Amino acid sequence: MRIRALAFRIIRQFIKDKRTLALMLLAPLLVLTLMKLVFDGQAVDPRIGTVQIPGPVIEALQSNGADVTPFDNEEQALAQMGDAELDAVFMLNDTLPQIVLEGSNPTKIRNVMAVAQKSLQKLGGNGDPPQLELSYLHGSGDRDIFDYYGSVLVGFFSFFFVFLIAGVSFLRERTTGTLQRLLATPLRRWEVVAGYLLGFGLFTLLQASLIAWYATSVLGIALEGSFFLVLLMNLLLALAALTLGTLLSAYAQNEFQMFQFIPLIIVPQIFFCGLIDLQSMPEWLQTVGKALPLYYGADALRGIMLRGAGWNDIWVDSIVLVGFSVLFAILNVLALRKHRRI
Amino acid sequence: MNLPEHSSVASSYDCVVAVDVSRQFGKKKVLDEISLTVKRGEIFGLLGPSGSGKTTLVRLVTGLDIPDGGSITLLGEPMPKLNVLSRIGYMAQSDALYGELTAQENLEFFSTLYGLRGNSLKKRIQEVAELVKLSDDLKKPVQQYSGGMKRRLSLAVALMHEPEVLVLDEPTVGIDPVLRKSVWNELDNLRRGGVTILVTTHVMDEADKCDRLAMLRDGKVIALGTPEQLKADSHSATMEDAFITYGGGVA
Ligand SMILES: Nc1ncnc2c1ncn2[C@@H]1O[C@H](COP(=O)(O)OP(=O)(O)OP(=O)(O)O)[C@@H](O)[C@H]1O
Ligand SMILES: [Mg+2]
Repeated sequence: MRIRALAFRIIRQFIKDKRTLALMLLAPLLVLTLMKLVFDGQAVDPRIGTVQIPGPVIEALQSNGADVTPFDNEEQALAQMGDAELDAVFMLNDTLPQIVLEGSNPTKIRNVMAVAQKSLQKLGGNGDPPQLELSYLHGSGDRDIFDYYGSVLVGFFSFFFVFLIAGVSFLRERTTGTLQRLLATPLRRWEVVAGYLLGFGLFTLLQASLIAWYATSVLGIALEGSFFLVLLMNLLLALAALTLGTLLSAYAQNEFQMFQFIPLIIVPQIFFCGLIDLQSMPEWLQTVGKALPLYYGADALRGIMLRGAGWNDIWVDSIVLVGFSVLFAILNVLALRKHRRI
Repeated sequence: MNLPEHSSVASSYDCVVAVDVSRQFGKKKVLDEISLTVKRGEIFGLLGPSGSGKTTLVRLVTGLDIPDGGSITLLGEPMPKLNVLSRIGYMAQSDALYGELTAQENLEFFSTLYGLRGNSLKKRIQEVAELVKLSDDLKKPVQQYSGGMKRRLSLAVALMHEPEVLVLDEPTVGIDPVLRKSVWNELDNLRRGGVTILVTTHVMDEADKCDRLAMLRDGKVIALGTPEQLKADSHSATMEDAFITYGGGVA
């Protein structure tokens, strides 16, 4: 009853505060869209110059998305590349294909290599027609960088915005004195935390569904596994963010200090959530990553979205996330002791 | 009942009992072994200059803070205690209201925490709004309220669940003389209905309206009694003079 009253009040406040509501629901979509544009922008068709390359190879390159310019001699082509008009030059060294890369942009190197490999593979079979069967472990070879990052970002945005908004609203409850006022009523401390969980939980559910739907259906991030599991993981991540945000707000005096937690708490999680390959990190640093909620959320989301992982593969991640939430919530109830002993 | 004045059973007449209460922030002793008793059904005033520890004492009474020494009982129970909290109405010195919500929504929210609901809740909101003269502004968001209106709404929140004890921290700050008078009339009515009221103030003419008063200065009770007693003991004509005589006025 009291928990419901608290949750109901939070919902009412939310509905009146259109801007915050919009931030929570639309900002993740906006940033995801921007990310998509940025990453897709990087995958621009490689500009390849060819020197005395046979027609079928040029066609193969073009069909793989390259922007091909044929040249008569090597010098011309290399000069063009020197002016950064080309990303690579293909030529024949005797009968062996040779590639000279412009080489200043790692993404472009990758793009060129991908196109070249695909084309040569296609031509490699000396059968007629030149067809080489391509097979992929996951997906059909149309995965781009955004699929990989996107699967993690979907979870990250749930986490980030819920962390901030829940933290700030709990902080304001304290700085405006309403928390004290609440604790002068027979409301129990755990009921305060539960009320927040319920009230915000409804919005995080809404947010998680919206992000998951938008990312997979509108932006077209790969989704091999079940949409429902993506939703579940997003929700669990958001709950961890909610409890962590409200807990940490106890250690901030004002909104500005709440924002100071972003570089301390949020940014490190980005590094550890798999956007950067963890294997290259020292052992102890990897252990640090495993103490952060986003690590588990990202791990599960990548599994579901890119590899079609099912419940059997992600239940450990789920349980760890629930454990984080429970831990943070309990600590929160204890932190409220500062305001009322019982 | 026929009870001797000073026996331990007499505590059933006492609403608040503070014994040797001390509270210290860092090195600063804000309350220094304060002892006082608020009887049931009286208006008890805490009078004192700014920073004398009135709010600190009131927060100890409501269980929002714990004394470093001594003990506080409210309605016979050592504070803080949840079931006692549901029997008191508290109005903090600074308004604790949700600005985005309307006055009505604020009242609804706080009252549901005390278990009010349905039609009786709606009826009670109308009654209380009438008392604090906010009936016409119930649908306004509290952000748009003036200082005095917020003060009255805070009072309304404290009154909603018809508590036995009212703890009011400077309830009339920022309220104009006419409304202030009506607020005090209302407190008087409540007292007649058996409600105990602990109120802090630094307004002298309000002190005159209390049944009994404690004058606080530097964390100590410098005088305690009915307004008449205090005036007589200090040979003063007004509360103001009495306060100055007791050493409260000049810093
Ligand atoms: N949480 C706190 N931490 C440190 N010092 C505090 C705290 N609360 C109160 N004080 C100090 O205790 C003293 C008494 O404060 P209190 O709020 O009780 O005064 P007051 O009598 O209510 O004053 P006013 O009439 O201005 O409301 C002040 O000197 C104040 O600085
Ligand atoms: Mg005060």
